[in-house]
Amino acid sequence: MTLIDLANPTRFLSLTARLLPYLVAGTLVLFAIGLYLSAMAPDDYQQGATVKIMFIHVPNAWLSMFVWAVMSASALGTLVWRHPLADVSAKAAAPIGASFTFLALVTGSLWGRPMWGTYWEWDARLTSVLILFLMYLGLMALWRAVEDPARAARAAAVLTLVGAINLPIIKFSVDWWNTLHQPASVFRMGGSTLDRAFLIPLLVMALAFTLLFITLHVAAMRNEILRRRVRSLQMMQARAASNDMSAASPASQPA
Amino acid sequence: MTALAALIRRDIRIAVRVGGGALIGVLFFLTVVVLMPFALGPDLPLLTRLGPAILWLGALLASLLTLDRLFTADHEDGSLDLIVMSQTPLELACAAKALAHWLAAGLPLIVATPVLGLLLNLDMVATSAVALTLLAGTPALTFTGMIGAALAVTMHRGGLLLAVLVLPLSIPVLIFGVAASEAAITGPVSFGAPFSILCALSLVSLVVGPFAAAASLRQGLD
Repeated sequence: MTLIDLANPTRFLSLTARLLPYLVAGTLVLFAIGLYLSAMAPDDYQQGATVKIMFIHVPNAWLSMFVWAVMSASALGTLVWRHPLADVSAKAAAPIGASFTFLALVTGSLWGRPMWGTYWEWDARLTSVLILFLMYLGLMALWRAVEDPARAARAAAVLTLVGAINLPIIKFSVDWWNTLHQPASVFRMGGSTLDRAFLIPLLVMALAFTLLFITLHVAAMRNEILRRRVRSLQMMQARAASNDMSAASPASQPA
Repeated sequence: MTALAALIRRDIRIAVRVGGGALIGVLFFLTVVVLMPFALGPDLPLLTRLGPAILWLGALLASLLTLDRLFTADHEDGSLDLIVMSQTPLELACAAKALAHWLAAGLPLIVATPVLGLLLNLDMVATSAVALTLLAGTPALTFTGMIGAALAVTMHRGGLLLAVLVLPLSIPVLIFGVAASEAAITGPVSFGAPFSILCALSLVSLVVGPFAAAASLRQGLD
């Protein structure tokens, strides 16, 4: 089973129909484990129990960037390799990524109120993630602005690749600027500085959220394929109806 | 090269002669800058403090307004298809159009800055700092805006979508432009650092913009 086999939408639909229940089950199991570990994790000496927002905030933030990276790979698939399902993947991923970004901003804001004393601060990390959220929304608007999905796909692919410049800016913003948001603690040179009691639940929750994204993404791709089929059928039906009507009128008969 | 020079000359001529072209942008710039004191009140020290930011915002919005015209006029009369089909590489043609647009629409904004600086009670140092940062930053605005203009050219009511797409990409230019201006006015913070990043943003957009715009035009026009 190579990637090219998945390019056939019908095969993709049948394969994912078999796969989806396992993905859902896996997601639920991982979330159960992750939430249990998060609940069992100790309180922070300084932040108390509010540190546990981290187990939701950080995976959402990681995923907001990961989804844009997945969309960039799909964009390359559309523009470079003309993979038939690449644009379906990109269109399906955009609202999911926007939701993760929004959740990251909201949970971070709720965490910031007790910790920093403010819901919002215009520092580099928060501003660049807000810009990422705006770009997600702009991308979703672009998808819906063009009627033909194939043409919208190519325009959206270009915009996705141009917007990918924001990902390294977000990642390194806490290093390049003096920010209120704390510097990197997990993915940094010299290894993680997070204690294992917090790192393990964090990584399990990150895995759970990633599997959630994959499940939602696969389900959304299936919906998009079916939606396009409905659109084609509607267009065929409209064409047939207009053919019937024009066949009935004398003007359409050959002279 | 002759083809590109002809393209630049044609675009500048059209921009200058037809439909108010460059002067509409300057007029909008003037309007925005004049509206600010009405909203903020005539408090002169406040206007002086906010001056660079107001000028930068006005220039950003004015260049956004004129970007709409970059490709749509050619698309409507069919010359965009000719440009896409010609032997000149489309990337160079897009770069040439963006250069012409900057010369016709961006430079007048910079020329207008000293006059508008007077309205905002900015002194000589502040005004020249803002003008210098605008000179370094408006190419970035034009070339990244060209990407949005190319994406929106095939849509009939694409004007607002163009703004939504282009603004997130213009935010870094705005941030560093204002930071460089402020640094030049209030001494100790370095002017060179944000100004260098501003120049870097312009240079990067000079390269990325034409490629992205050409890709968008090719995909959007078939």
